[in-house]
Amino acid sequence: MTQSPLLLSVDNLATHFFSQEGILEAVDGVSFDIHAGEALGIAGESGCGKSVTAQSILRIVPSNGKIVMGEISLFQNGESIDLVQLDDRGQEIRQIRGGEIAMVFQEPMAAFSMVYTIGNQITEVIRLHQDCSQSEARDRAIEMLRRVGMPQPEQTIDAYPFALSGGMRQRAMIAMALSCHPALLIADEPTTAVDVTIQAQVLELMKDLQRDMGMALIVITHDLAVISELCDRVMIMYLGKDVESAPADVIFRDPKHPYTVGLLRSVPELGEGHSQELDPITGSVPSPYRRPTGCPFHPRCPEFIPDVCDVHLPPQIELAGGHRVRCHLYVQD
Amino acid sequence: MWSFILRRILLMVPTLFVVSIISFAIIEAPPGDFMDSYVNALLQEQEAVDPAEIASLRKRYGLDAPTYVRYFRWLGNIMQGNLGRSLEWNQPVSKLIADRLPWSLAISVASFFLAYAIAIPIGLYSATRQYSLGDYFFTLIGFIGLATPNFLLALLILWYYFVATGNVAVGLFSDEYLIAPWSFAKFIDLLKHLWLPALVVGTAGTAGLIRVMRANLLDELERPYVMVARSKGLSEGKLLVKYPFRIAMNPVASTIGWTLPTLVNGELLASLVLGLPTIAPLFVGALLSQDMFLAGSVVMILSGLTLVGTLLSDIVLAWLDPRIRGAI
Repeated sequence: MTQSPLLLSVDNLATHFFSQEGILEAVDGVSFDIHAGEALGIAGESGCGKSVTAQSILRIVPSNGKIVMGEISLFQNGESIDLVQLDDRGQEIRQIRGGEIAMVFQEPMAAFSMVYTIGNQITEVIRLHQDCSQSEARDRAIEMLRRVGMPQPEQTIDAYPFALSGGMRQRAMIAMALSCHPALLIADEPTTAVDVTIQAQVLELMKDLQRDMGMALIVITHDLAVISELCDRVMIMYLGKDVESAPADVIFRDPKHPYTVGLLRSVPELGEGHSQELDPITGSVPSPYRRPTGCPFHPRCPEFIPDVCDVHLPPQIELAGGHRVRCHLYVQD
Repeated sequence: MWSFILRRILLMVPTLFVVSIISFAIIEAPPGDFMDSYVNALLQEQEAVDPAEIASLRKRYGLDAPTYVRYFRWLGNIMQGNLGRSLEWNQPVSKLIADRLPWSLAISVASFFLAYAIAIPIGLYSATRQYSLGDYFFTLIGFIGLATPNFLLALLILWYYFVATGNVAVGLFSDEYLIAPWSFAKFIDLLKHLWLPALVVGTAGTAGLIRVMRANLLDELERPYVMVARSKGLSEGKLLVKYPFRIAMNPVASTIGWTLPTLVNGELLASLVLGLPTIAPLFVGALLSQDMFLAGSVVMILSGLTLVGTLLSDIVLAWLDPRIRGAI
């Protein structure tokens, strides 16, 4: 496979939240690359920092959060911009948001404002990033709604979000995100809030659109099935750290990190010959305010090595085939 | 939208009917009637009281009829636009009210706009810069405003105004315009006097509104749709006004309904202190002397204002939030 050009490179990103309870290290040293047209899955339990990673890329972290370290380089026309250095209210980042990088949010019910029609909210982003009249923007919005499979887009465009079903709202959300043909689409739990029957449709739709429009995709999810459906590469996160990343087929076949192994074992499999018992990871995610020393996973790890894992943070080890892992069980070749 | 407004207006008719019963009951509630207080007044001035004359007066004003008869007679007259005669002033109630209602409305409307014009921008500022120095400053001012009684504020302002300018800021007009016919200069003179009662009456409401506006907006700023709007590349100012502000205005708009009558209540002490020819002092006098036609009419008009205020706030709400339009 020939490698397409690098689109976004996140290097050692850390985003912390400052509150009265203390400092919450939501993202604490995460690195990954994404190439044009590639689909990356970011997986992990709730609270592991997946969504904050996405919000950091767009610089829309809530006001008590701050990027304290790292670089996020976006490559455009042969030039690179470090998004971390931009003013988060400035003109430059606002042109990237919605234009170069768009985002689909978790809950379409809460993500749309209920007091404007979906047409109003979609044409708004088109007019922000494209030089066109109101009626042209409307035509483009209808076209995009048709493309995401919205029934009767000419009428639906004037509907208020509360009048649509969950699946239709998520389609409208995707249409809004795609309406300016972004180079990168970030989908934060795109199927969590919709019915199981709709989930398959939404995934199918995103897969088709990604292929047709040639855009890169970051899918954030706790559902490994979504990743196996959509992604080329996977990054597993635990307590704000990127514990493992590898091509999707490799990680399902040959997981290295004990956390990834546990995560895969705790997923029920359907079908004949799969009557194995579920094997959940013992313990629960520690409070992010009281992060364990050393490897953050060591208190729950079945392979725990005393005086090593609880003392030293494992460095990132590069294995063969683009497989990276942070674990003391492995050593750099 | 139009059918929504029409339905709302139709619903006001039965409401007004119920209000009329309650108003009448309230006016009838104290023991005795106007003749009793009239007799008392005469006795206090050591004048002779002729029981026969009192009885004939009672008969003439229909005070001897049973309660329900008097109620329907009163209601029937009101529906024909006849508010009755004030027993105390010996003038038609409609004239007494017509002389004073415009001033009450002028003060109410002025303080209403003053309150919103001050409260909304400050609420917006306080919410977007929560816990900043400015936020604390306005919070402090707001609490002082809430805690200061209107009449005290009126007295303080009167005193400072007198010390600063040597003039007494009483009444709604300067002497030379008091009986002059309407002119542009008279209108300007009115505006010069109106700000003081408007400020006095509006302070408590303004402080309350700032708190409501700030709290609502803080809630809304946390909503996912704000982050979505940000992710689209909207500038912070445009985003604020288009999305969270519109929703945060919702509870503020709901309060328009009861703002109108509270302002009339609120102007009472201010009017007494500042010597303003408004409804409130007239109303108090009518209640004290059991001048029932006058008191009843004032209650009805205040209730009518409440209903109009509620209608206005419903219309604003329906405009702000499309989900409300479908509901009755």
